Amino acid sequence: MIRFVLVRLFRALVTILAVVTFAFVVLRMSGDPAQVMLGPDVPLESVVAFRKAWGLDQPLWAQYVAYIKAIFTGDFGTSMRDKASALHLVLERVPATLQLTLPALLLKLFVGIPAGVYAALHRQSFTDRGVMLAAVFGFTIPSFVMGLVLVLIFSVILRWLPSGGQDTWVHGILPTLTMSIGGIGILARFSRSAMIEVTGQPYIRTASAKGLKWREVVWGHALPNAAVPIITIVGFMVGSLIAGAVVVESIFSWPGIGRLLVVSVGNRDLAVVQCILLIVAAAMVVSNLVVDLLYGWLDPRLRSQASGH
Amino acid sequence: MAAIDLSEPTSAAPKSGFFAVLRRNVPLTVGLGLFWLAAMIIVAAFADQLRPYNITAMDLSSRLSAPGGLKHLLGTDELGRDVLSRLIQSIRISLVIAFGATLLSAFFGTLLGFLAAQFRGTVEHLVLVLADFQAALPFLIMSLAVLAFFGSSMLLLVCLMGFYGWERYARIARGLAIAAGAQGYAAAVVQLGATPARVYLRHILPNVASTLIVSMTLTFPEIILMESGLSFLGLGVQPPETSLGNMVGFGREYLTRAPWIMLAPAIVIMLTTLSISLVGDWLRDKLDPTIR
Repeated sequence: MIRFVLVRLFRALVTILAVVTFAFVVLRMSGDPAQVMLGPDVPLESVVAFRKAWGLDQPLWAQYVAYIKAIFTGDFGTSMRDKASALHLVLERVPATLQLTLPALLLKLFVGIPAGVYAALHRQSFTDRGVMLAAVFGFTIPSFVMGLVLVLIFSVILRWLPSGGQDTWVHGILPTLTMSIGGIGILARFSRSAMIEVTGQPYIRTASAKGLKWREVVWGHALPNAAVPIITIVGFMVGSLIAGAVVVESIFSWPGIGRLLVVSVGNRDLAVVQCILLIVAAAMVVSNLVVDLLYGWLDPRLRSQASGH
Repeated sequence: MAAIDLSEPTSAAPKSGFFAVLRRNVPLTVGLGLFWLAAMIIVAAFADQLRPYNITAMDLSSRLSAPGGLKHLLGTDELGRDVLSRLIQSIRISLVIAFGATLLSAFFGTLLGFLAAQFRGTVEHLVLVLADFQAALPFLIMSLAVLAFFGSSMLLLVCLMGFYGWERYARIARGLAIAAGAQGYAAAVVQLGATPARVYLRHILPNVASTLIVSMTLTFPEIILMESGLSFLGLGVQPPETSLGNMVGFGREYLTRAPWIMLAPAIVIMLTTLSISLVGDWLRDKLDPTIR
């Protein structure tokens, strides 16, 4: 078990390092930030001064080493535009994003999974077909279309809800709905097929045959086994809590991480973009790690497999 | 995982005739999906012939005219450009990008998966680390960073989208190839002296192809959504060229006055991804014995 955890931890660290390197390479190789920040008409001396101030005059590998060193001491650099700590700028926006993504996650879990499980247990029924059709619709409609259609209906035609901004909780309704519909569809479908797969297994037949009530079979035998694949998807959703709202925040002009990313990318504000990439990747890696460890705990077969090679 | 299906398929006396066979084997929703996809492919292939106007031709006298008119069937946009013509061109661009990207990602993903299965050890770890990396960085975020800093071009967009989902093919191909290696047939051809390339391409690939094709039907609509999302944010396909997401993005400005500019491409995106999902599910049931 310890070996299993260590292997997973090591892989998570390597992944983070890969992301750090990726961010560095892409963002540094793609153009001269001094030119972009200062514009084409500034005198050469100020370009040189800018490069010196931000360490851009050093060779690339030296910048990389300095960058890695800084990351490990918790220094994510300063925003080239606002002259404020990049980490501070990013963390400031996290609550706004979570205000949307957390309720959306809860909606996904508490609507999607029960709907899928119910559909699986009433396979081929009218409800099953209805749920699956709705689910397919839910995840094939892109979030920007869903968002705009909801705005068209609830803000433009009915005038019930605001179409943008972050003043009251009412402003959060449309973005949260927009974000959760796709996830509900995905979870419903996934839970359904996981449940169907499980209920076809011989141990379910055995459990029914030994005289357990159907309710006990479902709760005691089917659901725990179906949980393994469902947890993968949920883990992914938890991991994308921070980054999952780029498009939706843009539609509803919500001042979260996603907006910050789009704006910073437009401004070529390297430090902020790097910081967001790192935080997003870290969130994803940690939740994947937790999912992997949960697997090992839920399903001993995977544990022995993982330490096997 | 080997589930043994004890129930023999009952076969009724089959009726002959193409449509009878079709009706018996293809559910209505899947049939409609196939029909829509065929229509989309025809539209994409003959876009130049089907387009009533040039996509940049402006008709300033009839700006923002509503759909239904004889002159502009789906109305016009803020510059008086014909929405139908732009829609047809958008379908072509979006499908070309999605198709190219799906093939790219399936090819490289499968290749890497097979390499991992063949060489194991360091190569396998490297592939898995790359897959972890891809899974750790949400694709939209990665694309945003790359596109914004390198600028957007059609080629870069296809290549970038080609990275989407490769790790899934890699994982599937690796898993299936390892499993196949343990089975008699692969070992037999190795014993007969076949080269690894021959074993993988002629023997293992045909046996795992159905699962890979099903994965392609899953990634294809996701790539369409990803490309239209990027174009919607203004970082995908650049004007004067147009794509479905791009049209939705610009139509957003006229949501209150001219919703048709945004609704027309939105409906096409929806129906297309919906059709592929329905057809893909049906294919999976038909082709993939491991899922049943």
